[in-house]
Amino acid sequence: MHELSIVASLFEILEEKAEEQKAKRIVGVKLQVGALSGVVPEFLETAFNIYKKETLADKARLEIEKVPLKIQCQKCHTEMVKDDFVFICENCGSRELETLGGTELLLEKIEMEVS
Amino acid sequence: MEKKEVLVLEELLGSNKKIAAEIRKKLEDKGILTINLLSSPGAGKTTLLERIAEGLSPDYSMAVIEGDIETERDSERIRAKGIPAWQIITGGACHLEAKMVAKVFSEIPADLDFLFIENVGNLVCPASYDLGENIRCVILSTPEGDDKPKKYPQAFTTSDCLIINKADLIPALPFKVENAKREALEINPKLKIFITSALKGSGVRELIEYFQSSLRKLRQKNA
Ligand SMILES: Nc1nc2c(ncn2[C@@H]2O[C@H](COP(=O)(O)OP(=O)(O)O)[C@@H](O)[C@H]2O)c(=O)[nH]1
Ligand SMILES: [Mg+2]
Ligand SMILES: [Zn+2]
Repeated sequence: MHELSIVASLFEILEEKAEEQKAKRIVGVKLQVGALSGVVPEFLETAFNIYKKETLADKARLEIEKVPLKIQCQKCHTEMVKDDFVFICENCGSRELETLGGTELLLEKIEMEVS
Repeated sequence: MEKKEVLVLEELLGSNKKIAAEIRKKLEDKGILTINLLSSPGAGKTTLLERIAEGLSPDYSMAVIEGDIETERDSERIRAKGIPAWQIITGGACHLEAKMVAKVFSEIPADLDFLFIENVGNLVCPASYDLGENIRCVILSTPEGDDKPKKYPQAFTTSDCLIINKADLIPALPFKVENAKREALEINPKLKIFITSALKGSGVRELIEYFQSSLRKLRQKNA
């Protein structure tokens, strides 16, 4: 499982941002995790709760927004959400589709206590 | 206590992506085509590399970066073919990261044609990490079953090429090449598909031709 490595990368960014803002404590972290990001949100949460101990974020709440796979047909321009990951247009059968969302693995925002 | 919300919108693997982009740029400038091989343990990555080494010799040169959790065994197999190989022992990590590849970077000869990276055997985690490759190949061996593309979608959606290996075993298995191909193309219509037996050597020629034509394209772009 690489969720722990990903959480380690997350904490690198968190520490950098906390220092920038001179934060005393991080109380909330929000992530966006795409259905095709290759990451299991539940494992990410477990890893986060282990990793956060003895850090500035020891009491932080983790919120994960699960982003579904969203694609758009390049022929008929229909937009669709695909839970089955099948890249075939539901409207015209085209296989020329562009991914609009669902591959992201993003730190969206941080809530911190300052001063 | 004053609270503050900071909007960040940064990619969690952004630093890996950045290192990977630097590696890709440097290798491309040298005219080296880099190929990242992903599969479950035992799908045949090392055996396939041995066949590729035989097929490329003596006209083309190659080197291999081997990712493994513990041992040097795979790089010894590759060196036995007269091919330079570096072993990256991840010490438990289930995937290679760009910064690990960057560590051996200075040792890579500049006059190389192909650099292969054998990732840690795992069909999930390596898919999240760009290593600076030009071509990502996922290898599915027939005993694993023809339903794997949709079970491990990210390995297939992020790859350029699918190698169905251990074709020699098909007569003894319920594996249907057509099913595997259809599933894989449904989730990634751009996949180039090759069917090989690394053990018997079948299909390896076509795969090598694909790598050679990709190398030509890279060098034309450079010229
Ligand atoms: N029957 C058959 N066995 C293969 C083939 N390719 C590899 N193997 C065998 O599968 C096992 C694992 O191969 P290896 O190359 O070490 O897999 P890796 O873990 O992906 O590097 C070895 O015993 C190989 O001899 C193949 O095309 N057909
Ligand atoms: Mg191997
Ligand atoms: Zn359409």
